[in-house]
Formats: sequence, structure tokens, C-alpha cells
Amino acid sequence: MAMKSFLSRFNEGLKRTTPTFYKAFGKVGGVFSGKKLDQGSLDDLEEALYGADFGVETATEIMDEIQAAYKKDKSLRGQDAAVIGAAVLRRVLDGAEPPEDFLTGVNPDVICLIGVNGSGKTTTTAKLGWRFTDDGKGVTIGACDTFRAAANEQIKAWAERLDLDLISSHHGADSAAVAFDAWQAAKSRNREVLILDTAGRLHTKGNLMEELKKIRRVLQKNDPTAPHHSWLVVDGSIGSNSIEQARKFHESFGLTGLIITKLDGTSRGGALVGIYRELKLPIYFVGLGEQKEDLQPFSVDNYVNAIFGLGE
Amino acid sequence: MLESLTDRMTSALRNLRGVGKLSEENMADALKEVRTALLSADVHFKVARQFVEDVKAAATGQEVLKSVTPGQQIIKIINDELTKLLGEGSTALKDKKPLRIMMVGLHGAGKTTTSAKLAKRMAKNGYLPALIACDVYRPAAIDQLETLGQREEIPVYTDRDSKDVPKIGRQGLEWAKAQGRDLIIFDTAGRLQIDENLVQEIVKLKKEIQPDEILLVADSALGQEAVNVAQHFHDAVQLTGIVLTKLDGDARGGAALSMKAITNVPIKFMGTGEKIEEFDVFHPDRMAQRILGMGDVVSLVEKAQESIDQDEAQRLAEKMKKADFDLEDFLSQMRQIKKLGSLGGIMKMLPGAHGLEIGDEHEDQLKHTEAMILSMTPYERRNPQIINGSRRKRIAAGSGMDVRDLNQLLKQFGQMRKMMKSMKGSKGRKQMERMAKQMGGMPGMPGK
Ligand SMILES: Nc1nc2c(ncn2[C@@H]2O[C@H](COP(=O)(O)OP(=O)(O)O)[C@@H](O)[C@H]2O)c(=O)[nH]1
Ligand SMILES: [Mg+2]
Repeated sequence: MAMKSFLSRFNEGLKRTTPTFYKAFGKVGGVFSGKKLDQGSLDDLEEALYGADFGVETATEIMDEIQAAYKKDKSLRGQDAAVIGAAVLRRVLDGAEPPEDFLTGVNPDVICLIGVNGSGKTTTTAKLGWRFTDDGKGVTIGACDTFRAAANEQIKAWAERLDLDLISSHHGADSAAVAFDAWQAAKSRNREVLILDTAGRLHTKGNLMEELKKIRRVLQKNDPTAPHHSWLVVDGSIGSNSIEQARKFHESFGLTGLIITKLDGTSRGGALVGIYRELKLPIYFVGLGEQKEDLQPFSVDNYVNAIFGLGE
Repeated sequence: MLESLTDRMTSALRNLRGVGKLSEENMADALKEVRTALLSADVHFKVARQFVEDVKAAATGQEVLKSVTPGQQIIKIINDELTKLLGEGSTALKDKKPLRIMMVGLHGAGKTTTSAKLAKRMAKNGYLPALIACDVYRPAAIDQLETLGQREEIPVYTDRDSKDVPKIGRQGLEWAKAQGRDLIIFDTAGRLQIDENLVQEIVKLKKEIQPDEILLVADSALGQEAVNVAQHFHDAVQLTGIVLTKLDGDARGGAALSMKAITNVPIKFMGTGEKIEEFDVFHPDRMAQRILGMGDVVSLVEKAQESIDQDEAQRLAEKMKKADFDLEDFLSQMRQIKKLGSLGGIMKMLPGAHGLEIGDEHEDQLKHTEAMILSMTPYERRNPQIINGSRRKRIAAGSGMDVRDLNQLLKQFGQMRKMMKSMKGSKGRKQMERMAKQMGGMPGMPGK
């Protein structure tokens, strides 16, 4: 795959501007790189943690450890604090990486992308499709968003651009029927992966959750083990509500993993930590832009280092 | 004993006498709670801190209502300040024709849907809308706007061969004007606020089309970055309004406060669903309660503040103690209770009244009782013993009730008075409980 190393790309995405994070921890731009901590810098640090959307629990946990270390050793530096914070975050995210080879080997391995409106499902579907194709796998895409205006046209445009196999129907068609047909097509063409792009729905809408369940039921007429992956696509710029999103989708559909998008912005996507804390769902990929290659496997180390300006 | 009687009947009223003042100390716990609430609602860290500090400074020294704790009172104050801040500025769009509106925002915020919703809403207000498709990047974004336009019978200008957004904007504007359209909405592509090239694109588009309104469309569930997003867009194009979307979700919506506090741009509209009509002007009070998430406390203090004539309550309590409580007093007390809202709600506020269930039927009884007392002359109210047969007929007719109902009221009122007398200085919770039970049968009196 022709792309920059994940770490540099990831870092680039996370660093593009808003250096507040790195300022707080010193490494990049350093308000107190190498400088000793004091109350002022501890405050900055706390702000940076909240600013990353880590949420009250994780921010408190990290602060507590840094404060404790600072109590013991007043000559603690910004860099040391970053190391402590990184260790806590690494601990919290322990197990958040998916197995390297997550495809089941069943043909087709069905991946269902779900999430709220505008989170990036369609774009991610296209990126994933391209990624698997690039990996030498046969891919079919099912356009199960039959609801949003011009959703079909959007995925069609992607499929044409990336030369992907697409099964779609008309606006207003039964999304479960599209899933069924897409599976049949993938099967008959002997594809390894079937990616289903679904319509955006808020997790608070019971009837739309039922529609998702129907997709599952219908798929299972073809293959009782499908879908093999049900990934929630979460917009990384969303705050704590993404935890609620994940919880509800998990309850009603049974998630197997997450994809966090739009981390090329200034958001640190810290809500993923909150989601992981609560649901222990592995994070498969992160979205770092609008182009086909802007999708990277999630790596705890890279994430943590990018956040705290460590490593490289 | 009489202490508990008043507990049950009037302590919500009586206890509201102002004692004490809000101080740094007695507010501390509540302020901490509020800060955590704001943070977990995704209010930006700095905004939350500043906001709490400001309110604390303003509130210190204020009198505390006795029936609520200082903490509860400060929460109410915070809620009010939040509502005020969120609601600052007008939700109205400029009153002119033609009116040009440019929509901007991050990816997936809901700009296209909002463009159509706004057009539809304004069409109801007598505008002739047109939509101009300026998102040349996202695949099928133009199709999406066109589809929505067709569905709602709103003309849409598109140019699929060009990527020159300012030019598309200018030509779209000419086109719309030529068609006699007087509301022209420009839907732009989602962009990161840090993407210099793309931000320059909307700066140029702005120059070209000279919009009267520039609305930032933002997901109400945005996290801490909401401040950067709003600030950057504001710096680049000078926003005139914010539209919050996806409020049909359950996000607490702290981003609204962050964006408002940072830019001071009014929040004008809110999207509450995927359907075209699920769109409304912004309601700051609802948003404030949503962000703070302490609606119970707020309404408790509100009710206490709004409705209690504290001195009157005290006077009634005294009279009850002396057992010279007459129907006039009864009426006055009832009115206070009525002002407080549902009986069930009040009973929950009364410290000694847990476990007393009060249903809607009591509320009706309260109304009937009031009607009957109102039909009496003031003299009759003060001297119920003079109410004879013919007076009874008159009063019943005047209140639209049966004489039987009135008889019942007078009988039970008499018993109540007797009991007040008998309990003067007497003992034991038992008797108190019996009384409470009997009062339950009395029209309009709270009790089991
Ligand atoms: N910057 C950025 N934009 C993204 C990313 N993923 C998706 N988008 C954009 O977000 C918007 C909504 O994406 P879309 O795939 O249509 O969302 P869907 O409604 O969930 O299918 C589009 O404008 C996409 O180009 C990402 O990782 N980074
Ligand atoms: Mg989609």
C-alpha cells in the first residue's frame, strides 16, 4: 500500500494545528518542555486533558496520577507528566486494538457499518472497500442507505471512482432486501468481503433500530453467522454523546468494533477512550481525511504518543 | 405536634423565609457539581470554568430561600444565567428581500438538510426561496440538494462542470434573482476550520455573493473542539448565527454554550429531526436545562421563588397554631398551594410529607373547594357557623356545586378546626396521623 507510515500520517493528522495539547506536555512547542511543573502548568494540563474529550473519568484518573507523582517529587517536568499520562492512557486502552487478521475466512465476510447521520459511514465504506481491494481481496458493497436524499448517488460515485463492485436499489427501497441481494451477489461472485453501508440514524430512534435488526435477520437467511462485523462509525469531533451512541447501538444491534472518523481535524477523538472504557469494543480504524487512503488501523501506541507528543 | 401539622400543610410556605446568604463556602459543593455537569455535557473546559466563576461572583451575598439549600439556589441561578447567555441576541434573520444566506460548517453537520429546512420554513413566511449548490466536493452533494429541492418544489441552481465555487455562487445569485427569488440560500461543502484553502474558498464566496446572513451549522453533540470550530469560522467569515442540529438525539449539547460564549453569535435555529419540518427557532431555556441536566432542582427553586408570599405563609402558620384558622385563611392557603403547581409536586417538596400520595382528583377538589369559598361573603368565610340553609343554597348555586358538597366542606372544616384546638399543646404523632388521615377526606386538603 502506497502511503506514509501510519505513525507519521497519524501524527500529522493529529497535529495539524491547535498545538494546545503539545504545549501542555512540552514536547512540541513546549510551554514547559523540560520546565518544572507548577500549579499553573498543572492547570494547563488538566485543560488539555478535558480538551481532548477524554471525559471526566479519564481526565481525573490521569490528573490524579500526575498530581500524586508531583507530590512526591516537586522537580517533576512537563515531559515526565506526559510519560505518566501516556502510561495511564495506555493502560485504559489496553486491548483496544483489533486482532491483526480479523476477517473470519467465511466468504463473504460481512461488515456492517452503522452510525448516526453524517458520521462518515459512506466515506468509510468506500475507503474500506479500497483498502481490501488494494490488499488483493474481492469486495462487494451493498448500498443499504435507501433513505437519505441522493445517498445512492453518493456511494455510486465512490464505487465508480474506486472501481468497486456495488449493489444498490432505488430510493425508498427496503434496506434489508438490498443487504440480501448484495450478499447473494457477493456470494455468486465469490467475494471475500461484503461491506454494507447503512443509513444514518440517531440511536434514540427505536423504529430505525428495528430496521437494523431486520437487516441482520435477512442476512442470516443467507448465512446464520452474518454479519461478522458490526462496526459503529463515530465522528471523532463528537463529545461524550458518542458513548451514549455506542451504548445504544450496542444494546440494540450488538457491535463488534468501532471506527473513529475525522481525526484529521483538531479533535483528539478522546471520546473513543470513554467508549472503550465502557464497552471494551476494539477500535478497528481511524479516519484521517476525505481521500480513499485516509483510513488507518488503530494503534494504541500511536494514538497515545500522538496525544502526548511522545515517541517518534 | 402542631409543628408537624404545619410541616405537612405549610412548611413549604413557611420555611421559605429568607435566612442566610450565599457564600463561597455554602456554594462550594454545588459549584463543583455544576462544573462537572457542564464538563460532562461537553462544555469547553475554559468556558465552564469562567462561567461558574462569573456566576459565583455575582451570586455571593444573595439571600437564600430557606426551603431550598444554598446549593439548590445556586443551581437555579446558574440555570438562569445559562438561559440568558444562550438566548442573547435575536433569533430573527435580517428583515429584507432579497435575503442571501450562506451556510457553513464541518463535514456531516447537516448543512444541506438545514438549507432545505430553512428554505421551506421561510417560504411559509412569504419568501420565494432558491437553493444554490456550492458543495462541489462531496460525491453526490449536488444530487442531494437537488433531490430535496424537487421534493419541496424549491428551485436549485447547480453547475456540475465547475469547481469554481465563488463563480458558481455569483451565477447562482444572478439566476435566482432573474427568477424573482427573494431568499437565496447557498449550501457549501463541509470543511475543517483548519483547512486554509477551503476556508479561503468560503471567504471568496462571501465576497462574491455578499450574504446578509452567514450561518454556522453545527452538530449539537460536538465535543471540546466546538470552540475552535466556531472561533475559526467566525474569524474567517463573521458569522451572523448558529444553527444546532440533531437535537432529536440525546446529546446534552454543551457545545452550544461553548460556541455562544466564544463568539457571542446568536443561536438562531435548531434541527430536531430528519424531516423537513423538524426545525424550529432556538429555545434557550430548553437548551440550558438540557446542558445543566438539573431540571428538578431548577423547577423546585423556581416554584418556591415564584409563588410564595412568605409573610402570608407565616401568618397562616401562626393562625393554625392558635387554631383560629377560618375559611378566609383556608382560601388564602389554598391559593398559595395552587400557585405552587401540582399538589403531588408540593408534597414532594415538603420535608415531612414523604409517602403522602396525591392524585389529580385532589387537584379537582381543590378547584371545587375554592369555588365554594369564593361564593361566600367575606363575613361568612370568617364566621362559617352562620352559614345556614338558605346561605348554603345560594353558595352552592353560585359555585355550581351541590349543597351536599358544601355541607361536606363545612363539616370537615369544622372537624379540622376542632382538631386544631384539641391538639393545642397536646402530644403524640399518633393523633397527628389520624388528623392527616381525616384531612385526606376533606375536599381540597392534601392527605392520603
Ligand atoms: N475531514 C474528514 N471528513 C470526513 C471523514 N470521513 C467522512 N468525512 C466527511 O464527512 C461527511 C459525511 O460523510 P458521509 O460518509 O456522507 O457520512 P454518512 O452520513 O455517515 O454516510 C462527508 O462530507 C465526508 O467527506 C474524515 O475522516 N475526515
Ligand atoms: Mg451515508
